[in-house]
Amino acid sequence: MELSEEKKENMYRNMLRIRQFERKVDQFISRGDITGTTHLYIGQEAVAVGAVNALEKEDYISSTHRGHGHSIAKGSDIKEMMAELFGKSTGACKGKGGSLHIIDTETHNLGANGIVGGGIPIAVGAALAMDMQEKDEVILNFFSDGAMNQGAFHEAANLASTWNLPVVFVCENNQYGMSTSVEKAFNIKDLAARAKAYNIPGVKIDGNKVLEVYDAVKEGVKRAREGGGPSLIVAETYRWKGHSKSDAKVYRSKEEEQAWKDRDPIAHFEEELKNEGLLDDDKVKKIHEEVDSEIEKAVTFAQDSPYPAKKELFDDVYVDAEVEL
Amino acid sequence: MRTLTGREAVREALTEEMKRDEKVFLLGEDIGVYGGAFGVTAGMIDEFGEKRVRDTPISEAAIAGAAVGASLVGMRPVAEMMFMDFITIASDQIMNQGAKIHYMFGGQLNAPFVLRMPAGAAEAGAQHTQSLEALLYHIPGLKVVMPSTPYDLKGLLKTAIRDDNPVMFIEHKKGYGEKGEVPEEEYTIPFGKADIKREGKDVTIIATSHMVYKALNAAEELEKKGVDAEVLDPRTLVPLDMESIVKSVSKTGKVVIVHEAHRRGGIGGDIAARISDSDAFYYLEKPIKRVTGPNTPVPFSPVLESEFIPNEEKIIEAVLKITD
Ligand SMILES: Cc1ncc(C[n+]2csc(CCOP(=O)(O)OP(=O)(O)O)c2C)c(N)n1
Ligand SMILES: [Mg+2]
Repeated sequence: MELSEEKKENMYRNMLRIRQFERKVDQFISRGDITGTTHLYIGQEAVAVGAVNALEKEDYISSTHRGHGHSIAKGSDIKEMMAELFGKSTGACKGKGGSLHIIDTETHNLGANGIVGGGIPIAVGAALAMDMQEKDEVILNFFSDGAMNQGAFHEAANLASTWNLPVVFVCENNQYGMSTSVEKAFNIKDLAARAKAYNIPGVKIDGNKVLEVYDAVKEGVKRAREGGGPSLIVAETYRWKGHSKSDAKVYRSKEEEQAWKDRDPIAHFEEELKNEGLLDDDKVKKIHEEVDSEIEKAVTFAQDSPYPAKKELFDDVYVDAEVEL
Repeated sequence: MRTLTGREAVREALTEEMKRDEKVFLLGEDIGVYGGAFGVTAGMIDEFGEKRVRDTPISEAAIAGAAVGASLVGMRPVAEMMFMDFITIASDQIMNQGAKIHYMFGGQLNAPFVLRMPAGAAEAGAQHTQSLEALLYHIPGLKVVMPSTPYDLKGLLKTAIRDDNPVMFIEHKKGYGEKGEVPEEEYTIPFGKADIKREGKDVTIIATSHMVYKALNAAEELEKKGVDAEVLDPRTLVPLDMESIVKSVSKTGKVVIVHEAHRRGGIGGDIAARISDSDAFYYLEKPIKRVTGPNTPVPFSPVLESEFIPNEEKIIEAVLKITD
């Protein structure tokens, strides 16, 4: 399907928003202003943006520990995201969640997950609910290669297939689960081959090409929406940064990293759009400035926001506040 | 004496036991070249090779299950859960399988494996910070070890590896950086022997894992207020050294139990019950107090997390309530 010029420009802008957001976060992590564990999405922007743009607004996503990109692509307010990373009360989870647990019910994002593979059965459950209530929506479930070796993946994929549920599984094969390469963790090369075991379609695509991701996911979404059940898309990509801040990246080579950086998904899309005449250097500069200023505003918002009051520790354990704690 | 960090002490115990017994091997996520999420096994793959320091896929059920299985057929696996929270994924293999094999098969098989796991709040939100020892403590067949100092970590881990039962070895993330004296000479520490970390006569503070450090700080402050606190570290929860607890409580007549885990169903409740069941009951002068994490998940925001974790102030307050 042809994408409008506006939509393409918007996809480019969103990829950039993700990258610049993550760069900012990276700075705050090294300075110690953002505490705890954070996993950056830099290098994988085409997957989130391509996939989410293949959805309708009402469709759902569920995300992972490396989830900032998914949230931004789905339209989350980056001010609330930044505030959450700072542990502030104005954050997406009132400071309770942090990077690992960003969620946005408004944009139908069922949330990041601190447990590798933990979100996959939940996405299948959400798809079940859509099916039972005869809704039109589908859910797109992000996870990465590492999660594919959890029992939760196999159990959920089988259930989704057996019950013919409207879920699209998007595996971002960024080549590593922490330090463990796909070669070390799997005895197959093409992760999409696993789809066969569940009798669902499985495709491997170039996850650094946003339009290729868009097309593949569009097809999976269509199928799910029309009652054709789940499918698996394996998007080949790369995480540029270490797994988290403590990662010295001893398990991979500089050459390998450079080879992937040379295939920068944003630069690639930018060039494509320039060739189409949709972008030029001035426009690119303007978008950069707009994105950066939006992120600066988010930072200011986060920094100026208050921390939660201590008593908020006891809020939201149960829905009914009177349960004894 | 030389000092080591908790991290180094654990590594030294693993290294010595692997040299002593070629059946001992390690498995877990990113324990090889990465050296483990907390750097505990750093460099060990160079010394022992990838056969004995095995990186696994992210498959906790398979990690724990493979440890159980290998232990049944002659090996002595030491498996690592990257975070204690992930025992929930491996819980069938730990609780229904490993824990019960010796008993339900009429004592014919042993499952001598160790599961190491870092616990405790350290800036990572609800799913990477829990202290779930009570879950394990509840299951017959598991031994549960929860050391505080580098000395105890090393000596108890060596004992754990030599033990013929499944041993759950709970390390505290904040204990990895703590320093303490560890002798160069070989030693082991028997299970079921509490350690009096500080002698005192007015009140017994029973503290586990990283709370031992906080209890010791609190005891120093209390001394300035004229309260002489004894700090008792059970070190192993199963078996629990009730004899030492009864002895200390009979001397002081007052008890404060401190753990980071949630209060409801926490081991503090069971220890309190066992004190009431024992001869120490007759010496109790005041109600038994508990200082614990609250019955909430662990929040991410640093201000909320530090409100969650029991601290010196709360320990002192609890002690003063029963000594003033
Ligand atoms: C059940 C579970 N095991 C281990 C971890 C620790 N951990 C967090 S992210 C990660 C690597 C995940 O790899 P992958 O699924 O490929 O995601 P990526 O980091 O590449 O996005 C690991 C091992 C976890 N959070 N949950
Ligand atoms: Mg990965």
